[in-house]
Amino acid sequence: MSATTTRTNIPLLCVEQLTVALPTGSDRPHAVKDLSFDLRAGEILCIVGESGSGKSISANAIMGLLPSYLKPQAGRILFKGRDLLQLNEEELLSIRGKDIGMVFQEPMSALNPLMRVGEQIAEVMAVHSAYSGPSRQKRVLELLEFVGLPDPSSLKDAYPFRLSGGQRQRVMIAMALALEPAILIADEPTTALDVTTQAQILGLIKRIQASMGMGVMFITHDFGVVADIADRVAVMEKGVLVEQGSAEQVLNRPQHPYTQRLIAAVPHRNSDVTTQGNVADPVVLEVKNLRKTYVTERGLFVRKRVVNAVDGVSFSVQRGQTLGIVGESGSGKSTIGKCLLRLTDIDSGQLVFNGTDIAPLSQAQFRPIRKDLQMIFQDPFASLNPRHTVGRSITDGPVTNGVPYAEAERRARELLRLVELDESSFDRYPNAFSGGQRQRIGIARALALHPQLLVADESVSALDVSVQAQVLKLLQDIQQRLNLAMIFITHDLRVAAQVCHQIVVMHKGRIVEYGTPTEVFDRPSHEYTRSLIAAIPGKHWSPVSVNITAT
Amino acid sequence: MKKFMHRFTANKGALVGLLILCLVVLTAIFCSVWFEESPWFMVAEPLIKPFTNSDYPLGTDMLGRDLGAGLAYGARMSLLVGVVSTLVAVILGVLVGSLAGFYGGRTDDLLMRFTEFFQTIPQLAMAVVLVAIFTPTIYSIVGAIAIVSWPPVARLVRSEFLSLKQREFVQAAIVIGQKPARIILTQILPNAISPIIVTASLMIATAILTESSLSFLGLGDRNLMSWGFMIGAARTMLREAPMMSVLPGIAILLTVLAINLIGEGLNDAMNPQLRKRGE
Amino acid sequence: MKLISFIIARLGKAFIVILGVVVFNFLLIRLAPGDPASIMAGEAGSSDPAFLAQLRVQFGLDQPLWLQLWLYIKGIFQLDLGFSYRNNLPVLDLILDRLPATLLLMALAFVFSIVVGGLLGVMAARSRYTNKKTWLDSTIMSISLLFYATPLFWLSLLMVILFSVTLNWLPAFGMESVGAGFTGWARVTDIGAHLVLPVVSLGCFFMAVYARLTRASMLEVMGMDFVKTARAKGVPSGQVIRRHVLRNALLPVVTFAGIQLGQMAGGAVLTETVFSWPGIGRLMFDALMQRDYQLLLGVFLVTSTMVVLFNLLTDLVYGLVDPRIDLGS
Repeated sequence: MSATTTRTNIPLLCVEQLTVALPTGSDRPHAVKDLSFDLRAGEILCIVGESGSGKSISANAIMGLLPSYLKPQAGRILFKGRDLLQLNEEELLSIRGKDIGMVFQEPMSALNPLMRVGEQIAEVMAVHSAYSGPSRQKRVLELLEFVGLPDPSSLKDAYPFRLSGGQRQRVMIAMALALEPAILIADEPTTALDVTTQAQILGLIKRIQASMGMGVMFITHDFGVVADIADRVAVMEKGVLVEQGSAEQVLNRPQHPYTQRLIAAVPHRNSDVTTQGNVADPVVLEVKNLRKTYVTERGLFVRKRVVNAVDGVSFSVQRGQTLGIVGESGSGKSTIGKCLLRLTDIDSGQLVFNGTDIAPLSQAQFRPIRKDLQMIFQDPFASLNPRHTVGRSITDGPVTNGVPYAEAERRARELLRLVELDESSFDRYPNAFSGGQRQRIGIARALALHPQLLVADESVSALDVSVQAQVLKLLQDIQQRLNLAMIFITHDLRVAAQVCHQIVVMHKGRIVEYGTPTEVFDRPSHEYTRSLIAAIPGKHWSPVSVNITAT
Repeated sequence: MKKFMHRFTANKGALVGLLILCLVVLTAIFCSVWFEESPWFMVAEPLIKPFTNSDYPLGTDMLGRDLGAGLAYGARMSLLVGVVSTLVAVILGVLVGSLAGFYGGRTDDLLMRFTEFFQTIPQLAMAVVLVAIFTPTIYSIVGAIAIVSWPPVARLVRSEFLSLKQREFVQAAIVIGQKPARIILTQILPNAISPIIVTASLMIATAILTESSLSFLGLGDRNLMSWGFMIGAARTMLREAPMMSVLPGIAILLTVLAINLIGEGLNDAMNPQLRKRGE
Repeated sequence: MKLISFIIARLGKAFIVILGVVVFNFLLIRLAPGDPASIMAGEAGSSDPAFLAQLRVQFGLDQPLWLQLWLYIKGIFQLDLGFSYRNNLPVLDLILDRLPATLLLMALAFVFSIVVGGLLGVMAARSRYTNKKTWLDSTIMSISLLFYATPLFWLSLLMVILFSVTLNWLPAFGMESVGAGFTGWARVTDIGAHLVLPVVSLGCFFMAVYARLTRASMLEVMGMDFVKTARAKGVPSGQVIRRHVLRNALLPVVTFAGIQLGQMAGGAVLTETVFSWPGIGRLMFDALMQRDYQLLLGVFLVTSTMVVLFNLLTDLVYGLVDPRIDLGS
């Protein structure tokens, strides 16, 4: 496919009225209903939606990779004059990998762990009988270089476990592009990656698309990503396409209320927050030179490997203030959370809580102090005991600390109201609630002990964007009302900028930046902070300036 | 609970297994009512063929002992040994596994070496040696089977504890200040119990097989009739009276099959509940 | 370098287990009811006071316990496993004489069970996954369940009744036809004919185990992401199974094989007893009948050693096959 046919209006792929049914007993009858959109050559179409919107299902339907319990009921998918839904498996096999390439979400599990990387790329060519003999190996090396992987000649013989997430995703892209397909479908390819890696992969996809002139269907839930790469946008909600148009249109003048809600929910810098933060407020927690190392011992004849998870970290939090700890994976931010709550041992340093150093205390000595430091966890599906009622999960804390049950129950019901959940939730089990609701229960549980310090460990990372916005607002309200000190651990700098008074940026166990959001964003002192800010998707687009017609 | 019953009863194999097992249990309970005399007594002519004589519908063996009585009392022996040895093995396994899984580190290492030792040694051979040396009585048999069967339980409990310990709701329990014993009892164990129950039910089947192997080899309790013993005794009469070895074998086969079917039914019924993540 | 350290570490572990068995044997003799010397002498030797006295000296029964243990261990590692009074031979000689027959039986049964069981498991998983001919899956699973519930010794007896007594196709006992004096190829076929029933009856139970295990492993791997990637590349389903699923699914089966061998060793005791196969399993049974405890414990030790060494081998195979295990290359 030559690079000259970049912006023509020939639709490569036409999805017409696609309807896929869900098995009986699901919360809605259709996974997708009457879905229609086009993908044209030389453009990037972004399909945006939250979880359960059906965006992945349309991608799988195109490739004929839907699981057996999801069958297309109606509609057509036209590609090169043929309806893909009518083709049999053999015909589809010749299209997959050759005319349409696909990249998936989870790079860590998407490659065969027992097969060398080069072999897996060569497999695409072998299956379609392309590039025989030595030209195949040459092509593999070409592709590895094209996707920006270092040292292709030795990397091709590596096994996947030696590569990082970002590198594996590049391999996936190389496999998808090997036969220069007309269409590339990317199903949330950067969602599982760090922000900096995400920026690199997005750049790669843009570059590839420009040079090869293919049509790219990019599925994502992040409007920042959309702002960075999309030419056209299609928004999906619960299986239905609610808005479609050019990127400029949809991002700046969204018509449908759902789109408006999604855009409004994108985290952004909040200038109100930074004006608060009284310097006179008492310091609740002061961390001095915290150090935590992990030792991996490998065997009799192999040297020990020491990982400095937290390497001399110091900061402080005041009452009524939120401190954000931002970092990518491996930065040590989650370890700090565990250290503060003494869920793991500390190697050295001081944790001065309300004047007392809690670091040297034994578990038994620390236990009575625990009620003042509470945590809200990350995974809404694992943070509540599935065999206990919601009421029990919330009252357990006070009861353990000596509060009589009647009082604990009263407190629990009050908290359920505070987190905007129905009182009947008290007697129900966690599996009756959605992710966002479970996080609210988690908040209620943490508050039941009237803590002075609340640590939120990636508490909104597992939530959909719109739900995330609601939970963040709830946390801010609660903090103001109860004058709590909060530590907010996150990987998303945008979220930290929205809710935190002070931000700490971490990199490889050390603090590289410490200041207010304004200082961190406008005057970053460390190079890593700069690269982190540069990697934020869609930073040239400001969602706050969007006109919202209805909330 | 209701959902569980619903799922379990939908599994036809499990229902059939349950039916068969009920029959076996009833036989074990009422055998002394139906067959008043001990199965060791010589009550009639030797080698009466089964299904020929109305007084002794299953025939007699070469010493004139009633085969029907033998089968009935054998049921009692099999179930007794199966259940008790499994109970002991499960208690041992849960103790070792929970301590290893919860405390980790050195405790875990030590306990796991200990478990591995028992797991690597060929089980039947060890059971044979134990019963032989301590002379065959029902106590030594139950003890020997328990000793060779507990390692898989310990491994299972340990892995469940290790994974549950990392789950956030257990971390939450630590954060609110619950003590370790309470955490193990109220948070971890109730969630680990389902795979333990499934494993335990399958272990009863294996225990019955082991017991019959031991009695076949002549290591049974001389006072208690066992199916394995009956098959062993029938070995010399393979040509003349094949049914003597076939009937007790069928009894073992049906009982073990029934228990396996129930175990699988339990597994299928419990699993969706465990893995369900709420959509 | 890493390979050597891996082997040394595993050998060390194996050694400790074997030592553990030795200590275990030692403790058993001490803990059993009665006088250790007469237990060791067995039924036949108890009546001979000279033999009893000899044993007392050999085990140092009046010495402190730790010294007894030391003497016992020393004896074992000097390859003195005791003396069988009944057979008038050293225990080790008796065992070595019979060991090849058991190894032959177990090796063949192992290959049979893994190959047939593996094939059935793959067939069952394949039909379940592609949703074609699912009756194949149900049938294979039902047959496996049946064999899994059948007592080994009873299956052996049934096969004898059917194939030897009734149909007279295959011999019922022993390894070779008595007094026939075959040599060369005729001898091989004669042994072969004698092998069929024991190998099949020992292998059937484990065939069922491997069939279920392979099927479960395959189904689990088939649900993994990289299988979807392969399909998205246009790899046909047959190749997907062969190149991607199979290798990944067989890894857990390899680990399991090691554990299963321990059970198979026990099964060998039963099979050899029924078929009067001249191996160490039957030797164990004879020892039981004769109350010859030295022989019994000797066979137990050798059997355990055999299983432990085999586990080491499977560990090694696994380490070589799975590139994630760093053995240095």
